[in-house]
Amino acid sequence: MSSDVTVEDLAASGLGISNSQAGGSGLPANRHRLRRAVRPVLAMAPFTIYTLIFLAIPTATVVELAFRSHSGKLTLANLNLIEHGTFRLGFENSILLATVTSIVPGILGVFLAYTIHTSRSGLLKRLVATSSGVLANFGGINLTFIFIATIGSTGILTAWLTVIRLNPWHYGFNLYSFWGVAIVYMYFQIPLMLLVITPAFGGLRPSWREAAENLGASSFHYWRTVGVPVLLPSVLGGILLLFGSGFAAYATADTLTAGTVTLAPIQIGAYLNGNVIAGEENVGYAIGFGMLVVLTVTMILYALVRRRASRWLR
Amino acid sequence: MASMIPAIAVEEALSVPDSDGEGAGDPQRRRVPRIRFWRGIVLLVAGVYFLIPLYAGMKFSVQNDAGHWSLYAIKDIPSETGFGAAFWLSMRIAGSTMVLAMVLLVPTAVYVHLKLPKMRRILEFVTILPIVIPPIVLSLGILDVMPEFLRASPYLMTLVYVIFVYPFVYRSLDAGLTAIDLKTLVEASRSLGGKWISTLWHVIVPNLRSALLSAVVLTIALVLGEFTFASLDLWTTIPVWIYQFSQLDGHVATAVCMLTLLGTWVLLIAVVSVDRSQSRRARRRTGAL
Amino acid sequence: MTSTQDEGSLTSTQAGPLIADSSTDFVRGQGARVELEQLVRVFGRTRALDGFSLSVEPGEFVALLGPSGCGKTTALRVVAGFERLDGGRVVVNAADLARVSAQKRDMGMVFQSYSLFPNMNAVNNVAYGLRMRRQGSRQRKKKASDLLELVGLGDQATKYPHQMSGGQQQRVALARALAIEPRVLLLDEPLSALDARVRAELREEIRNLQLRLSITTLFVTHDQEEALSMADRVCVMSSGRNEQTADPATLYARPATAFVAEFVGVSSRVPVERTGNEVVIFGQRCPVRSGGTSTAYELVDALLRPEDVAIEVDSGAKGFVTNRNFLGATTRLTVQVGEIPIRVDVRSEVAGDIDPGTHVRTKIISRDVLVAPRLGTNPTPS
Repeated sequence: MSSDVTVEDLAASGLGISNSQAGGSGLPANRHRLRRAVRPVLAMAPFTIYTLIFLAIPTATVVELAFRSHSGKLTLANLNLIEHGTFRLGFENSILLATVTSIVPGILGVFLAYTIHTSRSGLLKRLVATSSGVLANFGGINLTFIFIATIGSTGILTAWLTVIRLNPWHYGFNLYSFWGVAIVYMYFQIPLMLLVITPAFGGLRPSWREAAENLGASSFHYWRTVGVPVLLPSVLGGILLLFGSGFAAYATADTLTAGTVTLAPIQIGAYLNGNVIAGEENVGYAIGFGMLVVLTVTMILYALVRRRASRWLR
Repeated sequence: MASMIPAIAVEEALSVPDSDGEGAGDPQRRRVPRIRFWRGIVLLVAGVYFLIPLYAGMKFSVQNDAGHWSLYAIKDIPSETGFGAAFWLSMRIAGSTMVLAMVLLVPTAVYVHLKLPKMRRILEFVTILPIVIPPIVLSLGILDVMPEFLRASPYLMTLVYVIFVYPFVYRSLDAGLTAIDLKTLVEASRSLGGKWISTLWHVIVPNLRSALLSAVVLTIALVLGEFTFASLDLWTTIPVWIYQFSQLDGHVATAVCMLTLLGTWVLLIAVVSVDRSQSRRARRRTGAL
Repeated sequence: MTSTQDEGSLTSTQAGPLIADSSTDFVRGQGARVELEQLVRVFGRTRALDGFSLSVEPGEFVALLGPSGCGKTTALRVVAGFERLDGGRVVVNAADLARVSAQKRDMGMVFQSYSLFPNMNAVNNVAYGLRMRRQGSRQRKKKASDLLELVGLGDQATKYPHQMSGGQQQRVALARALAIEPRVLLLDEPLSALDARVRAELREEIRNLQLRLSITTLFVTHDQEEALSMADRVCVMSSGRNEQTADPATLYARPATAFVAEFVGVSSRVPVERTGNEVVIFGQRCPVRSGGTSTAYELVDALLRPEDVAIEVDSGAKGFVTNRNFLGATTRLTVQVGEIPIRVDVRSEVAGDIDPGTHVRTKIISRDVLVAPRLGTNPTPS
């Protein structure tokens, strides 16, 4: 582990260096071996304790309470609850939302990233990089209000479209619904995909393309045999990341629909706000547990895919 | 922001070496202008799609209910009910989160880099957890487990936000520490007689300027945009205030949104440009390119 | 060259020097004649190639040698078809390649590093060119395996690039380029990213392979030792032009310009007086070497190789030794003559007695002396 020379070692070698920190030379061997073993534990203690208190325990609590009834008994009743009815719908919707807002922006993002990657304008690339960074991190509520201003019933774009008689609201569009949320999500999911996939394009070495050309491959062949296979792990990784992001998001959906849309995170929010039905007291935890399961699976897949990607793109 | 995932992506994007115009020998150059045409269209459409909402947001902020141009929405912000309190609260929370996160994570990251390289993987994993455990679920757990006195204090948000920012702060630090040759710097400082604290303060921290800056900015951006926990914890930070106030006056609410966005953008641009140039230089130095 | 028709019983299985009796009949080298005529390539305001011309005989190994920025890589890439030409022609076997895309030029290229396709193992990488030429799967797998054996990597066939060392990767890259039986082999500093020992091994192997297959080869490098040891002829480039192209011995012994004299080998620069076709140096009269470009200039420097000068210990002489470097069989002394440091090689047995500080007399022992316009002057022919 630590290979640095300690004061004790120097003292032992006869250089006669004394140091109050070490308490002078001549500590019994066992005591300072113990001290050395303890040091890392002490150093890591603040972080470990903090993480335990504010991350591990709350999470464990959620998991545990998912399996407990209101009176404290171990039970699977909560889990049963979320497999039916409105909670099941919540999960299904959340998964649907996550899927749609990961695959569509995923594909669009790839093409957009390619377009930007092959541009020769450094300015464009930097502009896109910073903008994606900002847009991907859009606070949930900021997005909500900007979209209301755009395509809400009295929004600016809505007004323009009304002029040409294409007001989407007249055709059944409703921003404050499931699909409205999906459309709003695109706004940060696409930049997120850009962020994730642009480095992957950057990892495509020009020498591969040139080698392929040199060996007789056309552009199409190059992409089919080298480009796409090498990019695929990164694209999949990006889509998985988008899935997790779309699945777990809360603020935008909540503020846009005032908590009325049927999504798992929203249901947890409702639960926390006191919408609890007798007999279903711990269902919120079960929903939380369900979300954890989905996200854990997603992130495991993501890690696997990323490992493959980084191996090849080195 | 409702999820940590975007932050990870930003951080990763910053950590990858640029290809520095390597496409110089790009055979595409010899191709037909047809492709350049399509590229233009794609970029145009994308640009329009992303700019329209921003434009709409801006326009809405400078209009009044009659639809006329008016700066009232912006001018009235400071005087609106509750804004001052919300602003001050958000600032306090942002500041305390920043300080606590640094105090907790910087020494830890430095120690791990120096003495416990094997712990790095574990630390990386732990700091990724806030992605797997989304804010909404964590909020659920926190509000259940935390004692009453904490729940009554706004600083519970600070304590929770530190967890939320684990990914950015730790990963920024980690990247920064990897780029400088930490071991050598520390050994040099120690051999010249520096104690641990002064080594940390005078040697390590100045060299981590860019990583720290990026961590700080991302932290502030998160705190100023965080709605999920704040609303469930029943405190009125800026985002919560915006939502509540929107019932009264949409223009003002939108104006505050736009201003927050602008502020974040400016900060992020500054960080990204500083970071890119510094990490590029560092990467060349360590031969990682 | 052996011609045992030995289908598939190649014997080399280690990554090491090739065994001379393995058959190479499955790869036929094609010696194409390459003519580069007045190539011009401009990037913004820099002329990367400024009227560069070179003729390469079929089967010849020519090294393009020069400092960074001299245009050697650009020249190679122009031949490969990855760079446009702003002027001049590339002619292979009497055909102008101006309208031929890189894809169809039938040249094998080995890049500096990391050019193997990461998603394919060694065999598939090598077989790639054949796959593009629509050869049957079994046929190309066989040829690829044979080629991997040829470069000493028979047992690495299923490994992926990230599992191989730099040296192994470059061998695979070489096999991949040879698989298509190219007319010309182009190597862009293939050894620069490798460590010294691996570099030395691969140098020999590449050269041996090239000789057996008689493929016309262009090899770019900035390392003069590499160029001199591998090539039939070396083309020294500077600022996009061909300074001199000659076989290594001639290049070394009879550099045509000051640039070549100083880039290839070591030389010391001494300002001298010139009268007619002679110069006076160290009190001796020496003829000026003919054939250089500077015979017409008045103010000149003599360019001396360490082996052109001999010394005699003489306590009355004004020159003295300032430095002594043991190089093995010879020792290189630096002798300060007036204001000029001169490098002189002596045999190591006698060098031991000559410590720094010893006064020595210097004498020219070559039969003539190369001169160049004096440094710092604006040369106009007299």
